Amino acid sequence: MSQTTSPSGAGALATASAPARRLRDHGRATPWLFLAPYLLLFTGFVVIPVVLGLWMSLHQWDYTLPLKPFVGLDNYVDLFTPGSTTSGIFWQAMQATAIFTVASVPFLLVIPLLVALLMNAKFPGRNFFRAVYFAPYVLGVAVVAVLWRYLLDNNIGLVNYYLGVLGLPDDTAWLTSTPAAWVALVGVTVWWTLGFNAIIYLAALQDIPAELYEAARMDGAGRWQQFRNVTLPGLRPILTFVTINTLIASANMFGQSYLMTQGGPGRETRTAIYQIAETGLRNFQMGDAAAMSYILTLFLIGLSVAVFWLFRERKGARK
Amino acid sequence: MTTVRSAPRGAQAASPTASEAIPKRRKASAGQRVRGSLRLVALVGIALVFISPLVFMLMTSFKTRADATSVPPSWIPEEWTLQAYQTILGSASTPVFTWFLNSVTAAVANSVLVVITASLAAYPLARMQFRGKNLVFGAIIATLLVPPVILVIPNYLIVSELGWLNSLVAVIVPTAAGAFGVFLMRQFFLSIPVELEEAARLDGANRLRTFVSVVLPLAKPALATLGLLALLTNWNDFLWPVYVLFSPDVQTLPAGLSTLQSANAVRYDLLMAGAVIASAPVVLLFVALQRFIVEGVSQSGIKG
Repeated sequence: MSQTTSPSGAGALATASAPARRLRDHGRATPWLFLAPYLLLFTGFVVIPVVLGLWMSLHQWDYTLPLKPFVGLDNYVDLFTPGSTTSGIFWQAMQATAIFTVASVPFLLVIPLLVALLMNAKFPGRNFFRAVYFAPYVLGVAVVAVLWRYLLDNNIGLVNYYLGVLGLPDDTAWLTSTPAAWVALVGVTVWWTLGFNAIIYLAALQDIPAELYEAARMDGAGRWQQFRNVTLPGLRPILTFVTINTLIASANMFGQSYLMTQGGPGRETRTAIYQIAETGLRNFQMGDAAAMSYILTLFLIGLSVAVFWLFRERKGARK
Repeated sequence: MTTVRSAPRGAQAASPTASEAIPKRRKASAGQRVRGSLRLVALVGIALVFISPLVFMLMTSFKTRADATSVPPSWIPEEWTLQAYQTILGSASTPVFTWFLNSVTAAVANSVLVVITASLAAYPLARMQFRGKNLVFGAIIATLLVPPVILVIPNYLIVSELGWLNSLVAVIVPTAAGAFGVFLMRQFFLSIPVELEEAARLDGANRLRTFVSVVLPLAKPALATLGLLALLTNWNDFLWPVYVLFSPDVQTLPAGLSTLQSANAVRYDLLMAGAVIASAPVVLLFVALQRFIVEGVSQSGIKG
């Protein structure tokens, strides 16, 4: 829309419409004055930190010590040297992140889709259900984790009580033993964030033209075939977004583990973000922590690229 | 949210599941009715799973200490009491009321800062031609792909150098640098017809005047959505406040809740009262403005 008044072929249009030219008339500084407040924040807390983090990762940067000697890639090398002070705890944390991500992402992709399909019709009270499913997401991890710690308490928790009522084992230590702790962390996360993906799926489902379903039915497609040939292709662009978003969110898991299991038992549920925060902001080994965060970032970027590639590949194959 | 467009009446075409063959319309609608009730049962069942933990949280906050840990657990307090609230609000080591005020201050200030800086920055990116525009916009968009984790350690150092550690400024300012707001506002400005601004320009208004008195009033829905999302995000932020705020009197509610948990490991009545205080404002906000929040979220998804 704005393109009509701000094209690159300005010469032709300038003579064509006076208002267009007037709109382009602004002092050289004007756009920068508008941008200045944001760019100040952006430079100070995004651009500089990205570079500074890299710089720190090349130094033995202990916040509490006066000297920060340059150590080159040593911090990185240490992370990849078995038996060094940092490699063990880092890779154990990376493993915990991987376990959580692999265990939670399928549920967070599939269950919200089922819920969205369930809601994707006009029926009375739809907005009510939509709100109910989304409600836990507005709560924040601190409330969610404190609440579920209570519900999952070995002795007095509601979850074990109802399991007992159903005649199932009612003494599971949900937060202090594995694999139960993983089940708890994944389950709580699904409960907490399911609504987010469901809402996005629902918006995408409603953008699929009804005519496509009718055409499919005319061709004698059953419900499953309609889902395969109309719904899934219609969702593909949004699926890429939802998958990447969910992967990254899961790989950034911190609060659930910090508050519910305290990373335990042992260090088993201490995730990468948890370890980076503890190394850098509790023990103040900020050089090591910065190196860890760059490695994690590389993993995350690799993951995103892989997902893009995966979805594009299938798209091509279908045509 | 987009509703189903031009769906033929009676076809129920929006639902891929409601799809008997078209000629058997009558039979199909009977099947649809059965499926409709099945759907309702499923929807209500899932809704109970979502709501009951929150109801239990609320109920427990009105229980006595003993009642909160009784076996079997009871849903209704044996004796309704405000003890838990009185205890945590009156405690000097866990000043919940101060945390509440800190959270309100931080969330409102952050939200205002985001709305102002993002909309100001988005305007020239949507409406003006200038050298370096693509570079700036590209840089901002590129950071949408940067995982926040690489900012945590260096930002701690920057905040500490600025003398902001253990002060609310640390949870108000750095988090306002996100790219999402600029992106959202730019998309919205592009959708406003440029003619309205031209009229103001012809009347002699300068750029800032045009922006403030013509563009911003038109952008109210987008400003509200952005402000609300920023408010919710800041209110619930956890990792950053836990590490940059360490004195009890400057903490925000989420960071405070973790203190409350470690100080009162098994006082679930107190913990639930704290959780209710931390969630009540956002839940009320959500109930009142559900449409804006849900639409903002689904739109951010689609735009991504």
